[in-house]
Amino acid sequence: MLNLFKKIFTTGVVTENYKTPYDQELETLGIEIKRHIDQKFTGSLAIRAVDAGSCNGCELEIHALNNPFYDVERFGIHFVASPRHADILLVTGVVSRHMQTALLRTYDATPNPKWVIAMGDCASCGGEFGVSYASCGAVSNVIPVDMTIAGCPPSPLVLLKSLLALIEKK
Amino acid sequence: MSQKEFLQQLDEAEIFVKSEQILPSVELWQIDDKHWQRFAELAAENKMRWAAGWAEQNGEQFYVHACFEKAGDYILLRATINESKPEILSQATVYAAANRSERHTHDMFGIDFLNHPDPRCWMRHKAWGKRDYPLRHNFPVQGTPADITPPDTDYHFVQSHGVGVYEIPVGPVHAGIIEPGHFRFQAVGELILNLEERLGYVHKGTEKIAEGRTPEGLAKLAARVSGDTCVSHAWAACMAMEQAAGIEIPKRAALIRGIFAERERIVNHLGDIGAICNDVAFTFAFMQFMRLKELWCRSNYELFGHRFLMDKIIPGGVADDITDASSKFLHTEIEELRIALNDLIPALDLNSSLEDRLYTAGYLSPETAAHFGTLGFVGRASGQDFDVRRDATYAPYDSVKVKVALENQGDIASRFWVRYKEINTSLKLIEQFVEQLAQLPEGDLMTEWQTPKSGSYGLGIVDGWRGEIISYVRFAENNTIARFYPRDPSQLNWEALEKAVLNNIVPDFPVCNKSFNCSYSGCDL
Repeated sequence: MLNLFKKIFTTGVVTENYKTPYDQELETLGIEIKRHIDQKFTGSLAIRAVDAGSCNGCELEIHALNNPFYDVERFGIHFVASPRHADILLVTGVVSRHMQTALLRTYDATPNPKWVIAMGDCASCGGEFGVSYASCGAVSNVIPVDMTIAGCPPSPLVLLKSLLALIEKK
Repeated sequence: MSQKEFLQQLDEAEIFVKSEQILPSVELWQIDDKHWQRFAELAAENKMRWAAGWAEQNGEQFYVHACFEKAGDYILLRATINESKPEILSQATVYAAANRSERHTHDMFGIDFLNHPDPRCWMRHKAWGKRDYPLRHNFPVQGTPADITPPDTDYHFVQSHGVGVYEIPVGPVHAGIIEPGHFRFQAVGELILNLEERLGYVHKGTEKIAEGRTPEGLAKLAARVSGDTCVSHAWAACMAMEQAAGIEIPKRAALIRGIFAERERIVNHLGDIGAICNDVAFTFAFMQFMRLKELWCRSNYELFGHRFLMDKIIPGGVADDITDASSKFLHTEIEELRIALNDLIPALDLNSSLEDRLYTAGYLSPETAAHFGTLGFVGRASGQDFDVRRDATYAPYDSVKVKVALENQGDIASRFWVRYKEINTSLKLIEQFVEQLAQLPEGDLMTEWQTPKSGSYGLGIVDGWRGEIISYVRFAENNTIARFYPRDPSQLNWEALEKAVLNNIVPDFPVCNKSFNCSYSGCDL
């Protein structure tokens, strides 16, 4: 047990120890998000991630948002287990035809007001997979999309920035 | 029994084999289609592992392929059947590992595997008709899909009945941030009686849209077969293409590929160890390992321009060099990771709550692991002593000694420890590769591409972080791809997961699942 405490104390809080401009930028971004979210959502923004046919690269970066460097939850942004709890659907991948109905149902299950973010090149424009017998292509071919985030996959920092932009737009 | 003796045995069974050495560790064996099943029976007696199966169309004929392995020697088995009568005896009656693969081939080509123990479709849901076969040449890549593809409600799951038995359907949209797939549990109280997986939700037509691509285009697609394995899948596909083109990559490029692949292994293993701990609510370890993973992703970006090293492996070589400055950085980073692990691992080892949750849970016996041809850390945690890097070695691994981590307890803890040991091995390998790089004069990162002859093919076999990846590529005319089939290790590990969760409690499914961490995308294609 002492080992754990020792490690926790020696590691310190990596989230706040940013020195480089890269990380400072993130810090200001995050704080700005919180201000906006406080205004609109009384301090919370619930995101439901839906993989509609991604290669799982985007999922890795969504996971990274929750690591101690980005720690997205401190800004009131959190990922929820059901679309019924969500304000935002974060959709990754082209929409495979086998996932088309599932995505439509997930969209319907999300209460209004709701926003859809198409994350990554596949979700935004079809990427490497495009439209085929197996794929509907971009998410906007299936449900209305409010914002697209380019990148293969987009980095966690870009992801954070984009959340901010979406909130500003509304 | 050596391959020669096996050939003799086949000869006695009147199975005539036309054999040809196509690669140092791969022989092509062509047999008559009527012996397809008998061959599998003899191969099973001979303790060969069924590794992969796929088909391809050649005019009015189909080549049916199966790949077997024993002690690092591979056999690429081929039978030819006619389009007018597309049927062949199933090997799934002998090898459980062939089950889903044959169903996949059936759905994509319309080849009937006679006597197959499970006639249900696998890859086909409702996006194309029952009598349509997407990988046949007469099937257009755009298909004729409906505006809205209906959900697949016709799939017959195993049924159960009895007092207190209930069913839990899960997915395709899961509660966490993971890929889509459907799990059907039968449970009594908290105990799992049966689990059935239904995959295919992320079927993106990868094999079909590979056709007609350039080598560069295929490398990009291969990197997206499974995003977390972008380096190894691209490597396997490029290796196959390079064999077909008859070119050898520069030594420098091979070493850099090795470094990239080992970095990919470390990054994923760090993430997995953290996630396993998270699934038993041990947040301390989760945060620590996610921190370490992020550090490595960041240096990937700073040194090579991509957090997961996507598209850094290209036909003929690699897209990025490792300079002296970055070599130094790599060394420092390795040292720092070692120090961090030396702090963390003893703390985890001594943690009784972790021990309580991980030991004996999700048990996969060595017999079951062998039965399904389980690969990578899942296999190695259940006594399957196989690693392509050591047993069917390729550059740059042929210049070093690869120590393969092995455990035989078969539980989640074993899979945890195998991952940890593999990180250590990878760290050593990177050090050795960097050292070798330093001794090489600066040189080309790429061999000039040669247009492969129409019909030439290759079989790329590499050890990705999940285990052996087999990638088959055949060229058509004008430097374009005729056929691409990547076999991700998940395809075999998924079936073993169904067995490993039996008699565990439903709430332990997430951690069992995470300890396997199979790819959906890599399996659905």
